[in-house]
Amino acid sequence: MSQNPSDIRHTDLLIVGAGPAGMAAAVTVRRHGLSVRVIDDQPAPGGQIWRGIETVAATPRLARLGEAYRAGVDRAAAFRACGALYEPQSQLWQIEPGFRAFLTREGRARSVKAAAVILATGAQERPVPFPGWTLPGVLTVGAAQILLKTADSVPDKPVWIAGCGPLPLLYMTQLLAAGGRIAGFLDTTPRGRLGAAMRHLPRGLGRFGDLLKGLSWSLALKRAGFPIVRHVAELRAEGEGRLERLYYRTQEGRENTVAAEVLLVHEGVVPSVHAPLALGCATRWDAGQNCLIPVLDGWGETSQANVFVVGDGAGIGGAEAAELRGRLAALRVVSRFGRLDGGGLEAAARSERKALAHALALRPFLDALYAPRPQVFAPPDETLVCRCEEVTAGELRSRAVQGRPGPNQLKAFTRAGMGPCQGRQCGYTLAHIVAAAQNRPVEEVGFYRIRPPLKPVTLGELASLDEQEPAA
Amino acid sequence: MFRKLHDPGSATVTVHIDGCPVNAEVGESVAALLLRQPGGWSRTTPVSESRRAPYCMMGVCFECLVEIDGQGSVQGCLTPVREGMSISRQHGRRSLSA
Repeated sequence: MSQNPSDIRHTDLLIVGAGPAGMAAAVTVRRHGLSVRVIDDQPAPGGQIWRGIETVAATPRLARLGEAYRAGVDRAAAFRACGALYEPQSQLWQIEPGFRAFLTREGRARSVKAAAVILATGAQERPVPFPGWTLPGVLTVGAAQILLKTADSVPDKPVWIAGCGPLPLLYMTQLLAAGGRIAGFLDTTPRGRLGAAMRHLPRGLGRFGDLLKGLSWSLALKRAGFPIVRHVAELRAEGEGRLERLYYRTQEGRENTVAAEVLLVHEGVVPSVHAPLALGCATRWDAGQNCLIPVLDGWGETSQANVFVVGDGAGIGGAEAAELRGRLAALRVVSRFGRLDGGGLEAAARSERKALAHALALRPFLDALYAPRPQVFAPPDETLVCRCEEVTAGELRSRAVQGRPGPNQLKAFTRAGMGPCQGRQCGYTLAHIVAAAQNRPVEEVGFYRIRPPLKPVTLGELASLDEQEPAA
Repeated sequence: MFRKLHDPGSATVTVHIDGCPVNAEVGESVAALLLRQPGGWSRTTPVSESRRAPYCMMGVCFECLVEIDGQGSVQGCLTPVREGMSISRQHGRRSLSA
């Protein structure tokens, strides 16, 4: 469309997030003629899995990032061509019922209206607190992968990688293909996890290709010859103003201190729940994925009518499932607008549902195999749990036993969760510390109450809001 | 602490980090550029004034807050470099004027 997106106030649908789920939803809805606005905080479409895809597509770097990444080229092109109003580099900070969404773009705030909302805000890496994790030089594996995709950057010296899950294996494979060097892999998968995961394997056998891919990564990494230490349970990063040394200890009690400049950590990913929580959508604790998940019907609709959550925000499922969930929600929205009758809706949804069940078949196996080690939720007292306000695990523990406060009271007492990240890095750790200190299940403890703005907004940006309040 | 694998050739812009001119590749983020500078850090914390560096690169940790062209507390990982951009590492709380 040639019209400037910011001049259009109202669309049928608002999609938040331009990753696999958001793009698939937009393409589907546009095919049925609804108007749709897609806002995203990144400068280009693709989400995290296809970060930088349009830029990288034109370079030889595309080949070494693998097939799953390459698949994003066509998706981004289809999205660009679908006729959605696409607003990159836009931050959503509030949604009011009805719906009116407030966003900031290029230093200016404004509100837009839509009759339905699809939240496709994806996931973030699970915070991995340990002493020294705030030192420059400690990053997540996901961060390093984004640096590889968007800036063609790799750690300068041989890098230490600690954690578990498919992402570290994929990143190490990509890093070696790019010419990077690995000092060692500290595998934090606890002893006995494979046995525990095996009962989920029969269901996942339909995903034989994925299993084979994981196995081939593991074998290639073994052949690469860098040290692989199994059952690592404890980590400590040390140094003056930056990472200089890394201490680790295995479940068997083997310990070591090594020189390190960059340490990458990863213990799985969790859905972004801030936007659904702020909208009052019901959530539930998912014991398999150790996180909150929005309560959704078969279309991805939340407890709030016409608010949908799709993609990894609906529970971690990967890019393939994300696209299918995006299409299902889109079809439901299309039917709400009367562009698809009941029969047409069911017919269109049937194949998507079948494909979704197939896409998720291996997930219980992966969840069980890579469930985070217990130390992730019980860091030593000296660990900064809240990175923003610098509140330690010890302080939270001693406060948690006085009068059995919940997360919101602890936040008021200690400022944990009050910084700019709004609890995105400390919420789950705090919940587990409270649960352990008060001897109750973590699902009962709950989470911080999430209030707008969802992202920090300056007074200058607020002042730029061109709002006419309706006469009372 | 990070290095770029290819030579961006002519696809570069010049920005200033704490007043010093630095070349960056078109399209990359401020946070990615900071991680290639000595020390790699982006800000000091308001509480203990300790150094922090970009951690998540996807907009959820807020460790890469910097001052850009006079505007404080900008997320460096969500901001692509621009010719002539002035980047300052942020010290403690963002000042009211920034």
